[in-house]
Amino acid sequence: MRLHGTALVIAQDDVDTDVLYPGPFLSITDVEAMKAHLFEGLDPTLRDRLTPETALVVGANFGSGSSREHVPQAMQASGIRFLVGKSFARIFSRNCLNLGLPAITCPEAAEAAADGSRILADLDAGEVFVDDTAFPIPPLPEFMRELVAAGGLVPWVRRRLDATTGVV
Amino acid sequence: MPHTLAEKILLAHCDEDDVEPGQIVMVRCDVVMTNDISGPMAFRAMERMGATKVFDPEKVVLVPDHFVPAKDTRSAELQKLLAEWADRMGVAYYPQGRGGIEHTLLVEEGWVVPGSVIAGGDSHTCTYGALGAFGTGLGSTDIAACLATGQFWQAVPGTIQVEFTGEKRPFVTGKDLILAVIGEIGVGGGTNMALEFVGSGAEALSIDERLAVANMAVEAGSETGFFPADDTVAEYLEGRTDRPWQAERSDLDAGIAQRVHVDLDSLPPLVALPHSPGNVVPIDDARGRRIDQVYVGNCSNGTMTDLRQAAEILRGRSVHPRCRMIVVPATQRVYREALAEGLLDLFAAAGAMVSTPTCGACFGGGNGVLAAGERAITTTNRNFRGRMGSGEAEVCLANAWVAAAAAVAGEIVDPADVLEAVPA
Repeated sequence: MRLHGTALVIAQDDVDTDVLYPGPFLSITDVEAMKAHLFEGLDPTLRDRLTPETALVVGANFGSGSSREHVPQAMQASGIRFLVGKSFARIFSRNCLNLGLPAITCPEAAEAAADGSRILADLDAGEVFVDDTAFPIPPLPEFMRELVAAGGLVPWVRRRLDATTGVV
Repeated sequence: MPHTLAEKILLAHCDEDDVEPGQIVMVRCDVVMTNDISGPMAFRAMERMGATKVFDPEKVVLVPDHFVPAKDTRSAELQKLLAEWADRMGVAYYPQGRGGIEHTLLVEEGWVVPGSVIAGGDSHTCTYGALGAFGTGLGSTDIAACLATGQFWQAVPGTIQVEFTGEKRPFVTGKDLILAVIGEIGVGGGTNMALEFVGSGAEALSIDERLAVANMAVEAGSETGFFPADDTVAEYLEGRTDRPWQAERSDLDAGIAQRVHVDLDSLPPLVALPHSPGNVVPIDDARGRRIDQVYVGNCSNGTMTDLRQAAEILRGRSVHPRCRMIVVPATQRVYREALAEGLLDLFAAAGAMVSTPTCGACFGGGNGVLAAGERAITTTNRNFRGRMGSGEAEVCLANAWVAAAAAVAGEIVDPADVLEAVPA
């Protein structure tokens, strides 16, 4: 799988899900309405800089804190195609993968990228390109590759349920 | 082959012959829990998965607690949906006024036993580690898969063994133990790891204090955190649950990725300053900060133990005139016990507000959020920027002694100073 995007950089470490999507908006269940609150506690102007081809480049332990899936749902709906980071917090990275939104750990690429950099992530070859510089990434475990290829956990489970007529 | 406790629990809940850190396995849940925020999103994802019923209604429990009592029509709709869905699926449901904050509630209601796996649609599901369970917080799509299939995917974590030795000093609680750990390893220090709490200092903790410790394992970025079950757990579970369980612990020669030691003999009360649970300082370095609001409650520290500590400080004293205090018993049972003990009257007489159980202001949901420029000290688990209201407000995290003392003094002080300086 090859993913292309234009970098939008959030450089700081330990960005938590509360600033990415504050608590008062957790009662929203319509993803289109969630988009209006993405990055609200961090920098709302980031919303205006998203394009349909954004590669969000982030620091270490990105997405720490709450399990709220509103964050990656709003990101995906806002045009973020994938993330490249120094590292990701556990539940956030699970949520991304489950939604079919690749969150790729590559500290060197995250360090090298600037706003506007062209990012190419080649998950099969195990490389992330920042403009023309290649950075190696470890191969995705088989299961995660399967999950990304399926388009996330919903289609992955659906396929299993279909195959077993509703009983796993 | 020697195994850690985390490996043993996961091995007993998957189809693999053996497990090692990093390996991805499908884990079977003993309990799946969700609430008024993660639930409705999970139900929709479950429908898209093509599932029309849950994998096992006996193993699913729903708890409205986040925006409870409903703060507006949108949150009321979520709670209505949760109740209707529970009824349709035939799963356990704790109505408002008969439950409380999910994690404290599930422990006191006997859903949690040592060695069990609990998937929860809330990051503080790690709280169940107080009883030696593998509780792990998941997002809504994960929870949908758990509801539909009873399973979630999990990379087997490594283990950070945290050893507490020595004896706690006065006004030091479980809260300080876990803040010490987070301060030491950092908010990302537990990534891909389970925290295992051992040592004489761990064994000496009550269940309430273990809840506080396990609850904040996620604040170090860990997959979960737990105490190996012991006599304290056995005693607590006596008469509380029919679920079978047996005590397990890590093999002595199991692979431990990292060891952390906390000496309780020299540990003072701690405070996590804004805006990170890892920004931990001794109370002496936090004192003097003016406080506008004190909040005692939440899934880490809303137990009888916490309320009794706060009450001891407030007995015969008053909340400082330019400070306000909110007390939130974690569950209806805690609320009634505190009522019977006279604690709620004591709080009210001291000028504190007593709330029905709710997650409420802890996550900025309502029921006591902060204005710009205000500073709170709370027994909650997160002090991220904007967590409790305005992004220009500050939240400091501490134990209930320290929080209540700040309410009396109107600023952060050592609880010992309040008990000495202001005669009861």
